[in-house]
Amino acid sequence: MRLTDESPKAVVPEAAEQSLSERWRERLGGGWILLLLVVLLAVFTILRPAQFATPFNLSTLATDAAILLVVAIGQAFVIMTAGIDLSVGSVLVFSSVTSALTMLALSGESTATYGQTDASWGVIAIGLVVAVVSGLAWGLINGLLVSRTRIPALIVTLGTMGMALGAAQVITNGQDVRGIPALLVTWVGSGQLAGIPVLILVAVVVAVVAAVALNKTRFGTWTLATGSNEEAARRSGVKVRAQLLKVYALSGALAGLAGMMAIARFSTTTIGGHTQDNLATISAVVLGGTSLFGGVGTILGTVIGVFIPVILLNGFIILGIPPFWQTIAMGAVLVVAVYIDQMKRKKKTLS
Amino acid sequence: MTEPLLAARGISKRYGHVTALDGAELTVNAGEICALIGDNGAGKSTLVKILSGVERPDSGTIELEGEPVTISTPTEAQDRGIATVFQDLALAPDLTPTENFFLGREVMQKGLGRVFRFTDKKKMQKEAAKEFADLGITLRSAGVSVGSLSGGQKQSVAIARAAKWADKVIILDEPTAALGVVQTDRVLRLVRRVADRGLGVILVTHNMSHVVDIADSVQVLRLGRRVATFGKGESSVESLVAAMTSDTNISKEAS
Repeated sequence: MRLTDESPKAVVPEAAEQSLSERWRERLGGGWILLLLVVLLAVFTILRPAQFATPFNLSTLATDAAILLVVAIGQAFVIMTAGIDLSVGSVLVFSSVTSALTMLALSGESTATYGQTDASWGVIAIGLVVAVVSGLAWGLINGLLVSRTRIPALIVTLGTMGMALGAAQVITNGQDVRGIPALLVTWVGSGQLAGIPVLILVAVVVAVVAAVALNKTRFGTWTLATGSNEEAARRSGVKVRAQLLKVYALSGALAGLAGMMAIARFSTTTIGGHTQDNLATISAVVLGGTSLFGGVGTILGTVIGVFIPVILLNGFIILGIPPFWQTIAMGAVLVVAVYIDQMKRKKKTLS
Repeated sequence: MTEPLLAARGISKRYGHVTALDGAELTVNAGEICALIGDNGAGKSTLVKILSGVERPDSGTIELEGEPVTISTPTEAQDRGIATVFQDLALAPDLTPTENFFLGREVMQKGLGRVFRFTDKKKMQKEAAKEFADLGITLRSAGVSVGSLSGGQKQSVAIARAAKWADKVIILDEPTAALGVVQTDRVLRLVRRVADRGLGVILVTHNMSHVVDIADSVQVLRLGRRVATFGKGESSVESLVAAMTSDTNISKEAS
């Protein structure tokens, strides 16, 4: 190398330079949301130690959060690309309906609209595949439209939100399917493995795989790059269209998986019960420090963002505060979260 | 005289009734900084777009190391060893300098199967840090996002990235626009180092004094044609301005 200038100052290597706390703060999107979680847990524990901080209550709480968490993780990847997926709740419903009907038909009791069926694990496995593939199909539709047309993601997924829910209602005539395999409900929906509810385990596995994918793989880097500056990513050789397609497909597939979890838990499809899922997951993702403008986000933050509304609701009920206050508190927290995100953005562009 | 590294000959480009380029010429030699100047509308950016594969010329030829080539897409330009740093489309602000440096060309770890492979962050950090150090780029910490760097640092990261992945020519579109004096100086020094590695550098700029200081050759465009070329030490701000604005071709034009 021919260098004639004065010897260059060395670059500080990054891993060594960042302290552990700094790295955690970065991962948690500023850290205040973790603080909020700890404060909530502490306050409710101090106020009602005998009721709130029991293993039973905490495990119920986590089970409540598990299904939403799986959906929220897909949503997080979408939002990191500066997109949005409003269709997740409807896709969840559609997938649970196709899966439940498939399992019902295969169990040979296609007339049983009430009560559980004695379908085998094989049938349940097919049901799982049907659920995930149904979700994946809607995700691919979203992804194709977002990446190939100039229609904004908000409109694309608003459209598929209506279509997926409508399709589920057409298939079922609007009636929930109640013939769910008993094995599924007993062993997955309310079952435990080593004392931990199976649904929580599923959510943990999904979260861990997602965190690894985000931080350690090219898929993760390209997701953030696409959200940060789509044009720069494209010019750098990132296959932006394929990346968007994959991300929306992932969101759909995870909504499908969540649909399977939902029928296991409630022993019925819940056609009318997921209209708020999109907003719930979006606020969880944003609370967790993922920027609505894309390019920034963490899975751990999303996990915390999912737990905060669940803990608030649980705590309010235990304290005897009317649960309606939870909605108000959540709305306020969400606005504050986006405000903080905006401030961070502003600081960045000013410097 | 050896073959020029990159030569554009008789390039024309029309947009409807507007003639952006009318038989424009440009030659760049290896290891040289070639400044491309001209007033607004002279056709600089159109020529840059054609050389970087964003636009196709209506007529004319491009020669790379003496061989006629086509450059019909940005990917093709990159494959031929030509990288372009556009003014503001170069970097992902939320990623670190290292991630930007390797974006689209991540180093992967081996032996973990095809689908779920891990990126080799340590190796990329090391390589990027070495590359930045070699080019004299100093960053507070390579772990912060590019968006929080100063304008000069951002530009330096973008240039380092282009220099790393191009093995023939890099094209810089107004790299010092909106930079302060010290930062401009640093960026220009970086450009010189990049050229010293044997790359041909096309520097598009408005700033005449930079051109006089740093360029090995200056090529002046006006109304879509090359109206003058100056060798090192031949140009002055006055002569450049005259070439950009006067109606007659300057006799120093290279044949």
